[in-house]
Amino acid sequence: MEETKRFHSVRLEKDKCRACTNCLKRCPTEAIRVRGGSAHIIDERCIDCGVCIRVCDYHAKVAVTDPLSIIEGWKYRIALPAPSLYGQFKNLKNIGQLLNGLKELGFDDVFEVARGADVVSRAIRERLKKPDIPRPVISSACPAIVRLIQVRFPDLIDHIVDIRQPMEVAAMIAKKEFARKHQVSEKEIGCFFLTPCPAKVTAIRNPIGHEKSAVDGAISVLDIYGPLSSAMRRAPEDETLKTSSDFGVGWARSGGECDAVCPEASMAVDGITNCIRVLEEIEDNRLNGLEFFEGAACTGGCVGGPLNFENNYVARNWIRRLVDIRNAELNVDNGMMTKYQLYDSRRIQPNSVMKLDDDLLEAMRKMERIEEIYATLPGYDCGSCGSPTCRTFAEDIVQGNAREMDCIHKMKEQLKVMAQQMVDIAETQRE
Amino acid sequence: MAVLMEKTFPVRAGAYETAGEASTTIKRTLKQLGVSADVLRHVSVACYEVELNLVIHSDGGELILQVEPEKVTLISRDQGPGIPDIGKAMTEGFSTANEEARTLGFGAGMGLPNMKRNATEFDIQSEVGVGTTITMSFALKA
Repeated sequence: MEETKRFHSVRLEKDKCRACTNCLKRCPTEAIRVRGGSAHIIDERCIDCGVCIRVCDYHAKVAVTDPLSIIEGWKYRIALPAPSLYGQFKNLKNIGQLLNGLKELGFDDVFEVARGADVVSRAIRERLKKPDIPRPVISSACPAIVRLIQVRFPDLIDHIVDIRQPMEVAAMIAKKEFARKHQVSEKEIGCFFLTPCPAKVTAIRNPIGHEKSAVDGAISVLDIYGPLSSAMRRAPEDETLKTSSDFGVGWARSGGECDAVCPEASMAVDGITNCIRVLEEIEDNRLNGLEFFEGAACTGGCVGGPLNFENNYVARNWIRRLVDIRNAELNVDNGMMTKYQLYDSRRIQPNSVMKLDDDLLEAMRKMERIEEIYATLPGYDCGSCGSPTCRTFAEDIVQGNAREMDCIHKMKEQLKVMAQQMVDIAETQRE
Repeated sequence: MAVLMEKTFPVRAGAYETAGEASTTIKRTLKQLGVSADVLRHVSVACYEVELNLVIHSDGGELILQVEPEKVTLISRDQGPGIPDIGKAMTEGFSTANEEARTLGFGAGMGLPNMKRNATEFDIQSEVGVGTTITMSFALKA
């Protein structure tokens, strides 16, 4: 993967695109346009949530991840399995079997992201004791939700907890522990996240609240599912590699983070459109008394990630069988809180892509033009023009990215007028 | 300075099914105009409160958004019934919300004080039998 300023894991494969309106209509940040016979993604707007991957019937939307062979470039390799990976296997006897299976695939060690989630849970519990963060405190775990807030809810950025994602924390701990145990340099150790979603891939390339990621690559669950299934058959079942608590594993599904940090006054919402609705309510101060908000872009939480193999409801059920939240205990000591860089090192910035113009007066003028044009449009929101709604179409015209005659309904009206004119001309000549 | 942009949103009495829609549109408008995050937050809170007030307490009215280079103004104007004692209505915890509104979680008596807290300037005029006009402005920092 080449390094670019605005890296996106979600990509379009042009030759497969049929220029339909499926992705166009569903994108939560209106980041897709259909122009010149194919969809295209507006880089500045895309939050890598993966909704378009899921809705494309032609598989023209893909997620760029690293191949398993990436690990060969490293002397020591550590696998970081996402908790949702545990929900991909029917009849999984215990988590140890899966972790040992990963070692069979060529990893020298395995460090559970669920363990990272344990540490993050403890850190969030500590943060919730402080009154200085505005309530509700918003989870930073789902990068698509954090980016959604940057684009659509800039006034809620201060609510986002300044703690890194479980995969980052897991990579930091894994490297340090492995280096100490085997007396090797951390630089020789590569950590690879087994990812259920493209948003995490992008978060590794372009971290949001800090500089460089501690994770060295991201391998899609779909790519590892087959090899891992066979490797697990010959793997031992001992649980020595499992260090996570049931709370950490529970992060795999929506509500798991709430269970671990603040079960009494929290709310878990899954699915990006549902999240938008609740974020609107938070913006209006409608949710008094809410301490913590966990939003997941995918239905069901991370088990619903577009790069998973198993249906999210099925996976959720496997996870439910693996954990016992009522008797779970978070086993993270005080030392962990200070030993690692758990906190963000830079402020999350708003993404002002919705802004019509940097100059307020010019923005107002543009808005007036948008209203004028919008009033003349049919309001079908059909997407035939290539913009998701009539309103965005009006915005695109004003911003110079579309022409009025791209609307087939306006075009028809125009043709009618022209046809009538031709009839009129023909008739005048007969007399 | 002349008003530069004005949008009017009619709000029906008792229309819980559409309550909050005007606020959502107003928020979207301000985000597109590039209004800063902290101003946006204050407008959002006050706007939703005032829209809900129109739905719960008034006989119907309208919400007007005005944007000028130095401030955003929200005006709520209704056709009654009017507030008999404004001082009392401005007291935290005082509410005349009916049972229907209370079961929906409204009527905690924080509406007007909350609006005042969020606005830079706040004005309320009311006459029983005529109606209530609330004017709130929010300063835009340069």
